[in-house]
Amino acid sequence: MMSTASNNVRTTERLQLTGVIFLALGALAMLAPFFFMFVFATHSRADIFSVPPPLFFGDQFFANMDILMRKIPFWRNLGLSLYVGLMSTALTLLFCSMAGFAFAAYEFRFKNALFGLVMATMLVPAFLGMIPTFMIMDALGWIDQPRALYLPAAAPAMGIFLMRQYISAAIPKDLYEAARMDGCSEWSVYWRVVVPLLSPAFGTLGLIVFIASWNNFMGPLIVMRTPEMYTFPLALRSVQSPVDTEWGALMAGSAVAVLPLLVIFVFSSKRLIEGLTAGAVK
Amino acid sequence: MAPYLFLSPFVALFLVFGLFPIAFSFYLMFQVWDPVQGLASMQFVGVENLQFAAQDPLVWLSLKNTLWLAIGSGLPQHLVAIPLAYFINEALGKWRNTAMGAYFLPYITSTVAIAIMFSSLFSTDYGVINVILGEMAQWPVIGFLFPNANVDWLGSPETIKPVIAAVVFWRYVGFNVILYVAAMQSIPRDLYEAGRMDGANGWRLFWYITLPQLKPMMYFGTVLTVIGGLQLFEEPFILTGGKGGMEYAGMTTAMYMYRTAFEFNDFGLASAISWMLFAIIAVVTWLTNRAFRERKGS
Repeated sequence: MMSTASNNVRTTERLQLTGVIFLALGALAMLAPFFFMFVFATHSRADIFSVPPPLFFGDQFFANMDILMRKIPFWRNLGLSLYVGLMSTALTLLFCSMAGFAFAAYEFRFKNALFGLVMATMLVPAFLGMIPTFMIMDALGWIDQPRALYLPAAAPAMGIFLMRQYISAAIPKDLYEAARMDGCSEWSVYWRVVVPLLSPAFGTLGLIVFIASWNNFMGPLIVMRTPEMYTFPLALRSVQSPVDTEWGALMAGSAVAVLPLLVIFVFSSKRLIEGLTAGAVK
Repeated sequence: MAPYLFLSPFVALFLVFGLFPIAFSFYLMFQVWDPVQGLASMQFVGVENLQFAAQDPLVWLSLKNTLWLAIGSGLPQHLVAIPLAYFINEALGKWRNTAMGAYFLPYITSTVAIAIMFSSLFSTDYGVINVILGEMAQWPVIGFLFPNANVDWLGSPETIKPVIAAVVFWRYVGFNVILYVAAMQSIPRDLYEAGRMDGANGWRLFWYITLPQLKPMMYFGTVLTVIGGLQLFEEPFILTGGKGGMEYAGMTTAMYMYRTAFEFNDFGLASAISWMLFAIIAVVTWLTNRAFRERKGS
């Protein structure tokens, strides 16, 4: 009896150790590409493809950036990505909180039908609208216009859902009633009472939306046609060529594209994870 | 009136950029026109575009590739994520969030940056992967398992699909880990207590309590993976330089649709292809639904 118990403990410990080793190796495999990305960003093209490959940071980062800046209008592309990301975030927070507030605070005709519609938009795959979206943007004269990127997706179902959940859970209905008693209009109930209480939800949704916009590739691929109007990922891809790719410059650019995400991640991974799984666990 | 006003931005955006494009795309499927003369030359041709798409061998090849990639990248994601999530949840304690973070990081980074990174790692001459494999081929005893010559990962039709699947796996496995950990945390602890009282050990607890309780999340996760995998576009697009690779071995249907529209300028045919793909996604999702429902009943 005693010996089987201690055997069991030993097997469990051994299993745990094996598990930890596999987990650590897996985590290493997850992170290694990022490590190489940053290391390669600081080496010349010739050094990157030498044997053994460089395993520590070099001193060629600024040389690589020089090459990159000669290939693409770097600051313009980066600024455009930032501008689209910020506009997209601001509009999405506004529209989603308005819609979320409507669903959380009011009873009205077609409420369930409208909410069903919001949820249904999640099921429509992006590629289905790719061609007509291009044609619409063309007809509106929005090709090469940043608004073609930040406006169409500014009321995503995920955001409306997140806001509705947060408002109904975190803001007591008495609060609106009290505000109405004090003579607040419906808009000022939303703007003066609800919006100031939404910062945690704004933080989560804002991060998700900004990251999605920053990384977006298919959207700009369709509507941004001239290199001066490329967002950063699109510009990076244009540097890649079948022959004679400037790998050092590309790695430096990739590092620049990933660095803000790493910073965001270090400070808010928990919040991001909670936001992204909020809909799934319900 | 107020709730309608609050919903008006959503409704307006939905009508203009959601509903209208889809309806228009449906309409385009039955039309042909000369792109030079513009929409004025548009002509109704019935199901001609669909017929043409059904006879295009590249459509079928791309569908085969897409299915291959969806299964090749999707199945391993769940097979790895479930035990990994179990281990992270049960055995890690305060390291749980760190471990989840490491696996989750690829999910939030730019596809373009990732694909560029992997293009360099998988380079034929002196790419890190080939250097490592070449090194391992020199090892005693197990060396023969590894290729001695440099593998042309991105250039040969046999290896491009596994490479794309590996990159997609790498990118999304962490997301599934997070989903499963979240689901595991909502399993009542008394179930495990009761299991232990009945003498079940770790392995049995996992098999008889955790797995059955995970079914709703497995369903949700599988549907997400299926829908995402069947519309795979960005990773193969960048890894194959937008062309689909040697012998089009890395060209997915979404990529072929993009090329039909924006390189061959045939928007009608491209719309037909996109609706074919949509129908396939709907059918596969329905099959997934049924598979899970039947197992729920048993």
